Amino acid sequence: MTSVIESAGPAVSAGSAPAPKPRRSRPGTGRKWAEIVLFVGPALVLFLGFVILPVVLAGVYSFYNLPQAFQWDDLADPERFVGFENYIRALTDPAFQKSVGNNFLILVLSLLIQGPLAIGIALLLNRKLRGRGALRLLIFVPYVLAEVIAGLSWKLLLQPQGGVNAMLEAVGLGAWQQNWLADPNIALWTMFAILTWKYIGFAILLMLAGLQGVPEELAEAASIDGASWWQIQRHITIPLLGPTIRIWVFLSMIGALQLFDMVWVTTRGGPLNATSTMATYMVEKGQFGGQPGFGSAVAVILFFISLVVALVYQRFALRRDLAGAITRGVR
Amino acid sequence: MSATITAPAADAARTEPGPDPAGRRIDWGQPFVYLVALVIAAVAIGPVLYVFIGGFRTTADLNANPAGMPDPWTLQNWAAVLGSTRFWGNVLSSMILAFGTTAGVVVVGVMAAFVIARYTFRGREGLYLLFAAGLMFPLTVAALPLTLLLRTLGLHGTFLGVIIPSIAFALPTTIIILVPFLRAIPDELEEAAAIDGTTRIGFFWRILLPLSMPGLVTVGVLAFVGSWNGYLLPLLVISTGTLPQELWPLPLGVTQFSTQYSQDTGAVLAYTSLAMLPALASFLFAEKRIVGGLTGAVKG
Repeated sequence: MTSVIESAGPAVSAGSAPAPKPRRSRPGTGRKWAEIVLFVGPALVLFLGFVILPVVLAGVYSFYNLPQAFQWDDLADPERFVGFENYIRALTDPAFQKSVGNNFLILVLSLLIQGPLAIGIALLLNRKLRGRGALRLLIFVPYVLAEVIAGLSWKLLLQPQGGVNAMLEAVGLGAWQQNWLADPNIALWTMFAILTWKYIGFAILLMLAGLQGVPEELAEAASIDGASWWQIQRHITIPLLGPTIRIWVFLSMIGALQLFDMVWVTTRGGPLNATSTMATYMVEKGQFGGQPGFGSAVAVILFFISLVVALVYQRFALRRDLAGAITRGVR
Repeated sequence: MSATITAPAADAARTEPGPDPAGRRIDWGQPFVYLVALVIAAVAIGPVLYVFIGGFRTTADLNANPAGMPDPWTLQNWAAVLGSTRFWGNVLSSMILAFGTTAGVVVVGVMAAFVIARYTFRGREGLYLLFAAGLMFPLTVAALPLTLLLRTLGLHGTFLGVIIPSIAFALPTTIIILVPFLRAIPDELEEAAAIDGTTRIGFFWRILLPLSMPGLVTVGVLAFVGSWNGYLLPLLVISTGTLPQELWPLPLGVTQFSTQYSQDTGAVLAYTSLAMLPALASFLFAEKRIVGGLTGAVKG
């Protein structure tokens, strides 16, 4: 009994004040790292194995002249190694330059037109309206549809004898009829219109979600102080929406640079490369042109362009969102 | 002094009737807002309606008058599609892919996001940037090597061969959405939980997961939609494999159908509109939660 008490005495006194430090720090950090590995591990393995590794392999392939029926052994064949030849060929091909230009045109148009449009619509819908829920649902419909299905639908609608031209005829605007997707002069603009139709729903969804995070009290306080609806939006709501807008800009830019499905289903990059993008050019040459090595070089160029754009943007715009995550609440 | 004191009082008095003109202003603006809303809705839904209604028309009718309403309404197209095992096989296949991908993305994604958001350790920022960089790796860049990798792993031509890469490619978006979300949950909650003797894992299970449910729903819906809409991966992994056409996912099935029956516009429109329905129905179910979900129930 006494021994128990005696031993309990120092144990308690040790545990009460000085002990926690060594006890917590050593098994604590070990446990912490175990938790980190356990929790991040699966995501990291999947990501490295099925995203990063294939991309790295694409980098390797880009230095080879590979046959359509590719075998792993081909990489060991020194005659197939061509150095930077694939890259030089791509960068000097006017068709590829056209594709890069198309990507950037769509990027700029998206930011200048879709962004303000989405913010405006979100501000509009973020108030008490009868049937607001239904309206929100309708706006999201295009986003929910598979890009392939939306593309096929638009392809049917935009045929010379399709629904759009017939509608124009019916309302007396027959002169506005176009061969929407087959006229090289307007095909890219048609493509941009389809993309806006398809993706503005996502932008609106993001903005609406961001607006939910703007405390109503601020707007109420401002309106009590006599601010007009527009002043409230301009000086309170939109600035507070900043982080959401910057995230959307990021997603939109990356999406524009990687554009593939919609173009592939509707025009395959035609007519005369009018709508081709880096990705369609790559699939056209790499997958269907039987040049996986050359296609991989294009893939690497596409990747580097996206990377540079993203890093520059992150450096100048997203940085304070990431850094200010904690302080933002105080401001 | 007295003037400065009375001034706010006068202001307060002015704001008493204030709400009334404000109310009138909104009343004046309301019809305009409704008009704009109506136009937006019409533009969004018009093409979809055209496809749906076109499905009820005969091909001859469609060719004669592309913009008209169905002259003879016909259920023949829809009946033919709904009666085919091919359509239902496509739906089943898409379901398997979408549910598998969603479950994987949500579980794996929230675990990783939890650590990145709430642990301090060396390399955390690097880890976040690594996943964020994944946004810049389009599937198209990785497509060809990925297909070869799947062949090596024996996953080519299987559902898993689509599901696993889909999870991997959905992770960047998932983590980027979830990390700020999880970070916004107040530290005080975690501290309180720690004081009450909960481990970090316990905090994750009992407090963080329930609180982040709206965020998880959002991420899950995005993953579901992404998988349901996926085209390139099924094209490379499934259409070149041994799975019969009846078990191809919908986007593949629809393109296949539309090239096979390109002359029969009515049938293509019916197949297309029926292919839209499952996605629309599942979004209808999720939409109520998604907008509120994106920001979450937690107000810091």
